Amino acid sequence: MQMPVANAEIIARKAEIVARLRSVLPIDAVIDDPVATKVYECDALSAYRCPPLAVVLPASTIQTAAVLKACHEMGVPVVPRGSGTSLAGGAMPTADSVVLGVARLDQVLETDYENRFIRVQSGRTNLSVTGAVETNGFFYAPDPSSQLACAIAGNIAMNSGGAHCLKYGVTTNNLLGVTMVTMAGEIIELGGAYLGSAGYDLLGLICGSEGQLGVVTEATLRILAKPEGARPVLIGFDSNEVAGACVSDIIRAGVLPVAIEFMDRPVIRAVENFVNAGYPDVKALLIIEVEGSETEIDEQLGKIVKIAKRHNPVELRESGSEAESANIWKGRKAAFGAMGQINDYMCLDGTIPVSQLPVVLRRITELSDEYGLDVGNVFHAGDGNMHPLILYDANKSGDLEKCEAMGAEILKLCVEVGGCLTGEHGVGIEKRDLMYEQFNRDDLEIQMMVKDVFDPKWLLNSAKVFPLTASEARRG
Amino acid sequence: MKPLSEQELSEIVVNAKTPLNIVGGGTWQARNNAEQLYTSGLSGVSLYEPEALTLVAKAGTPLVEIEDLLAKNGQCLPFEPNNLAALQGVKAIPTIGGVVATNASGPRRISAGACRDSLIGVRFVDGNGVVIKNGGRVMKNVTGYDLVKLMSGSFGTLGVLTEVSFKLLPAAQASATVLVFEDEKTCAATMAAALGSPFDVSGAAHIDGITAVRVAGLAGSVEYRAAALASLLDGKIGKFNWQALRDVQAFADQKGDVWRFSVKPSEGPELAAGLRRLGASKIMFDWAGGLLWVLAPTGLDLRKAEYQGHAMLIRGHALPVFQPQPAPVAALEKALRAKFDPKNILNADRMT
Repeated sequence: MQMPVANAEIIARKAEIVARLRSVLPIDAVIDDPVATKVYECDALSAYRCPPLAVVLPASTIQTAAVLKACHEMGVPVVPRGSGTSLAGGAMPTADSVVLGVARLDQVLETDYENRFIRVQSGRTNLSVTGAVETNGFFYAPDPSSQLACAIAGNIAMNSGGAHCLKYGVTTNNLLGVTMVTMAGEIIELGGAYLGSAGYDLLGLICGSEGQLGVVTEATLRILAKPEGARPVLIGFDSNEVAGACVSDIIRAGVLPVAIEFMDRPVIRAVENFVNAGYPDVKALLIIEVEGSETEIDEQLGKIVKIAKRHNPVELRESGSEAESANIWKGRKAAFGAMGQINDYMCLDGTIPVSQLPVVLRRITELSDEYGLDVGNVFHAGDGNMHPLILYDANKSGDLEKCEAMGAEILKLCVEVGGCLTGEHGVGIEKRDLMYEQFNRDDLEIQMMVKDVFDPKWLLNSAKVFPLTASEARRG
Repeated sequence: MKPLSEQELSEIVVNAKTPLNIVGGGTWQARNNAEQLYTSGLSGVSLYEPEALTLVAKAGTPLVEIEDLLAKNGQCLPFEPNNLAALQGVKAIPTIGGVVATNASGPRRISAGACRDSLIGVRFVDGNGVVIKNGGRVMKNVTGYDLVKLMSGSFGTLGVLTEVSFKLLPAAQASATVLVFEDEKTCAATMAAALGSPFDVSGAAHIDGITAVRVAGLAGSVEYRAAALASLLDGKIGKFNWQALRDVQAFADQKGDVWRFSVKPSEGPELAAGLRRLGASKIMFDWAGGLLWVLAPTGLDLRKAEYQGHAMLIRGHALPVFQPQPAPVAALEKALRAKFDPKNILNADRMT
């Protein structure tokens, strides 16, 4: 993975830059010791690392504005960082950059149950947002797998999804407003505790812009009343195609489960070895969850089971208790860990039209044979967001490159069948150079023109999203 | 002018030296006499996959055509788009492109989101005549910037939409409404109680002493939730014309300006009182109290009321349609518009 050549002139000015940062922030909010900055050298795409010039940890919107204004005036690049859980390298620094971490912005500012929103500082973790409102019977819907650690700032930057977005949508559908600081240090408010906007939907534009348009310091989030209950059913099939057809039939029948998760045999076996969830040894497994009162759950599951039975499932297990529900989910939740126990893996994130599922799964199996790398598939089947996990050995020379080449082929395939490169992880550095597979020059040019408006000097997280060749002239 | 292809449209925009008013169905009449650019030549559903809950259509496709097709397959557009032609006093057949350009969203917005939340892809011709695509036809997509959201509700000022894609929902098999007879002062609290319950409310409105709360879904579930809500709110199950509310039919044959306010739901009743003091004559609440449809004497500036949120003049000529934005946001919007439409020829009098 190529990164832009660091600006030696900026690195040479380190002492001056750090002094200026210290002049606008509390003493302990600026980190420049090379040992301490190493902590920030990568995110969850840990194959790529580079310690930044310095790290700043502002504790307020005012401090964030001050530090961005200083960096803007000095012409120093800034890389915003939530909790560093990006799988796409969204928070990966360059050697000439200042990492702006939002970890100290962790306060709940306002909870309003009558109007169903919570206003938080953006460094607060996803799960702790729900934690702040659940005793009152509410929750925050987007639930990325990293929700214990990931920050709302990162969720907004990447427009994070989760297992339950078939019903509740992704971050952008649950975001009501933000306080954002532009690279020039200007504080702007977008949206609020009401619906819609008087002008352009800049809130929608900011969400998913991978920290390239501004640094979000506060967010107003929609919270929802918790359903009375939820119950999953586990259905095993002897082929991926039949499982895919079953998903299609359920959706066509007018039932909308909150989650439809799909696992193929390599993942099922890895999970069984890892946590003994009691999964049947089948080719494909669906976990389908519905919500509501007991009678509503019975009504929905009744329909789902009836449809599933038409597809001759090898196994059909309706949860009869909380413990059984937990057991059904246990394996799914441990899937990434189980694969990680076997070897290093690369997790892809392409989305495909649900109708293309059987074709794509077949082609992935062929690619796995061609490249000699094992692949497991575990994904959100209801919305077509795939997560092929390609196993490789980081200590074996050439294996990572081989894995990346195979990953690129799978992502190209996703685009070819009508889908996209990334459904919820973001482009970051990982998929940056594949952008021409999905977009032509005009499509990318207008996106870069948007960045020109918010960050004319291209100082904010500029080595991400766009192919380096495309953004070169602007990055200077 | 009525281009029959994206390419023809692009050539028209490239060669345009004077402003163009983009016309979908014609619900929103322009305030100037610029040349009309009709999108009706770009019509038809390009792709419909019921099992994937997705639909792609040319921008000039009549909304009714799409709704009929979806209804036949037991599906629907999640955001319940409204039809304001009668309110505007015009004979117009709304197009799907117009729905997107105005982000037209009905009562179900409180549960299923606005048009922008269901919109998953766009193709458009920008002010330079360049054909742009963004998003696609899959419901989860974070590849590049989300210009899909930006285009929704931009009133044709950033580009002429040529094709739009949506994620869909299964149509509700049943629905029921719980009615509570009460004063508008207490309606926001009633609707908050409904939305704060686990009963998945898909509409909450108040008109003329009646608060209406809707649930929809599978038959058994609807029966259960409606009974639970009736008990919770001390109301009774009854009839309510949601489509009339959606299309603001009550104001269609009334003289005067029509305004739409979007505010924090709990502040709706207080704003209503303030608007009445200024001279507003009729007020209806949607979106659990967060949306106020207001009928007022012609030319009366209701933005003088105290509120946090935004107000749009939906019908009327004397005052600005769009609420001015705070200076830093206005500067960003102006700069974006100059990038997308440097000749300032696309719907030049909108969003100003």
